[in-house]
Amino acid sequence: MQMQSTARARTSLVQSLGVDGRILTMLIVLAVVWTVFQLLTMQQPGQFLSPQNLWNLSVQTAVVGIMVGGMVMVIVTRQIDLSVGSILGFTGMIMALIQTVPPLGWGGHWLLALLAGLALGALIGAFQGYWVAYWGVPAFVVTLAGLLIFRNATFIVASGRTIGPLDDNFKVLGGGLNGSIGEFWTWVVGLVVMAFVVYQALSNRSRRLKNGLPVRPVWAEGLVTGTLLALILAFVLVMNAFPYPGTNIPRGMPVPVLITLVVLFVLNWVALNTRFGRYVFAIGGNPEAALLAGINVKRMLVAVFALMGMLAALAGAVQAARLNFVTNSMGNLLELDVIAAAVIGGTALSGGSGTIVGAALGALLMSSLRSGMVLMGLPTEWQNVVLGLVLLAAVIWNTVYLRNRR
Amino acid sequence: MTPLVEMRNISLRFGGNQALDKVSVNLYPGEVVGLLGHNGAGKSTLIKVLSGAYQADAGQIFVNGQEVTIRTPQDAQALGIETIYQNLALADNLDAVANVFLGREKVRGVVLDEDFMELEARKTLDRLKVKIPSLRLPVAQMSGGQRQTVAIGRAIYFKARCLIMDEPTAALGPEETAKVGELIKALKAEGVGIFLISHDLHDVFDLADRLTVMKNGRVVGTVYTQDVSHDDVLGMIIGGVMPKNVRPAQAPLPQ
Ligand SMILES: Nc1ncnc2c1ncn2[C@@H]1O[C@H](COP(=O)(O)OP(=O)(O)O)[C@@H](O)[C@H]1O
Ligand SMILES: [Mg+2]
Repeated sequence: MQMQSTARARTSLVQSLGVDGRILTMLIVLAVVWTVFQLLTMQQPGQFLSPQNLWNLSVQTAVVGIMVGGMVMVIVTRQIDLSVGSILGFTGMIMALIQTVPPLGWGGHWLLALLAGLALGALIGAFQGYWVAYWGVPAFVVTLAGLLIFRNATFIVASGRTIGPLDDNFKVLGGGLNGSIGEFWTWVVGLVVMAFVVYQALSNRSRRLKNGLPVRPVWAEGLVTGTLLALILAFVLVMNAFPYPGTNIPRGMPVPVLITLVVLFVLNWVALNTRFGRYVFAIGGNPEAALLAGINVKRMLVAVFALMGMLAALAGAVQAARLNFVTNSMGNLLELDVIAAAVIGGTALSGGSGTIVGAALGALLMSSLRSGMVLMGLPTEWQNVVLGLVLLAAVIWNTVYLRNRR
Repeated sequence: MTPLVEMRNISLRFGGNQALDKVSVNLYPGEVVGLLGHNGAGKSTLIKVLSGAYQADAGQIFVNGQEVTIRTPQDAQALGIETIYQNLALADNLDAVANVFLGREKVRGVVLDEDFMELEARKTLDRLKVKIPSLRLPVAQMSGGQRQTVAIGRAIYFKARCLIMDEPTAALGPEETAKVGELIKALKAEGVGIFLISHDLHDVFDLADRLTVMKNGRVVGTVYTQDVSHDDVLGMIIGGVMPKNVRPAQAPLPQ
């Protein structure tokens, strides 16, 4: 009895916060992981919570972070995309070839390379989605074929060579020496986002009140908004606490991190506020109901795969820019990281359930674990064992969570 | 008076299975027509042809005397035909508001107008008098009666002229069934035409003006409810035979 009523009190607390329980869990897990790593690395020069490490961590999260929101949408519609690592490699290679001077490359403009790469990624995604949607071929098979085809096409188009160095302007995308937006613009971005968060919270609340709709209690609203503002502020401060080598000029937010945040913000907004997002979830919840409601399920699936392909290409641009040279193994096995991040972030493989924010936190958790284990000098094999165990634990927790909610 | 909906000689084959064989039914405004028959008789298939989920191999559909082609659920909805499907056709992961408006969301620019939809959904569902405490919970977490209410709300919000209800009370208790009965009477009084599919003969006898019985994809016959007994109807359902000495019932009785 006693236990039941405390359990009920706890759920109603979470409910009045109006935050997805799985996202709350992710945040707590992240906080614990960061604290533990900090305690374990306290004695060494590169502490886990040092600005330098956190700055690097943000860059290391970018490539998976750009793709993970797309993967959430793919998985929510009950599909899967195993080809994203290969699309990333292939489009990255094409972008490298376009902008590199002859005889290795084709001598085009870097911006043309970027746009062509994005279009190519979208096209490949749409092509795969077409077979899934209109021919009923399982996505697992279609994208497994895509994985093989584009991984090896990457080798073929470059005749097995490594292509580079890339255009200096293009390299800004990778967050290297000129790849940060500086202290001032980091503050600008941070303050704009903070203002937006406050505006959004206030205007939503007053509009719902005006319409006589239920709102969450003031304390809950304040707590959620306040936490969000504190996190954004902390992020800005950390980004501005890591200077260029030999100077005390802060780097500010790396461009790839900015790209990642913009992508995640837009995807989250689309998922929650547009018909497109609504239909993605409807298709995942009950494809037949979606069809009977007049939703063009086939076209939606093609669009979701095209979006995924384009995001893989964008991630390919960032990765290529970061490495400066594109090899034919770039992005190898990355599909596993992206899928794992989505699943750790609470996306159910059975479809219909998942959040962009959760998946972003999942990606951050994965790169945090990797970064922390690297700092501790754990061998790669052990790192992967730990990541595998975390993935398993996340899936089990997710299954239990969804079962209890039914 | 012209029928609201008339389906003439509809045939549909699934592989080697003739699910519908020259089926003809009609429905007038303000009238309830009960569709009866065993499992597999073809009732759901017939109404799915009308609701745009399936396309017939042959036959014609008339709405208000005009021949129409219904290729998609939107086509049917545009003609004022709304359907509550046997399996409810709800997206379980979405909340009640999203389900009521699924496929027909209200948007401002490209942004979903959630407030508008929540208010309208609340009004519509209140009319059905089944308590739904939160419209913002996934419908998977609701009771059978609440889910049914959402499915019905979805159909009536958009001002159907012809409402198709496929086993609307299958998942309901007696109280909720009674509420659906009241709703059907209210809609009928507003001039809505209703195709009612149900296993419960008592319900159908209580609500329907005419009965069309199907067996093995064909129509056995259409009768006035007041002309027949339960046993007559069971004979039509099981034996496929018309009772003796009943009037043909191709249109409602004059008032
Ligand atoms: N999508 C389908 N594909 C193949 N056969 C179907 C399909 N839907 C219904 N049928 C078949 O059509 C016949 C009529 O089914 P249905 O209309 O569901 O019957 P009822 O609703 O009267 O119980 C049955 O034999 C059923 O197996
Ligand atoms: Mg049926």
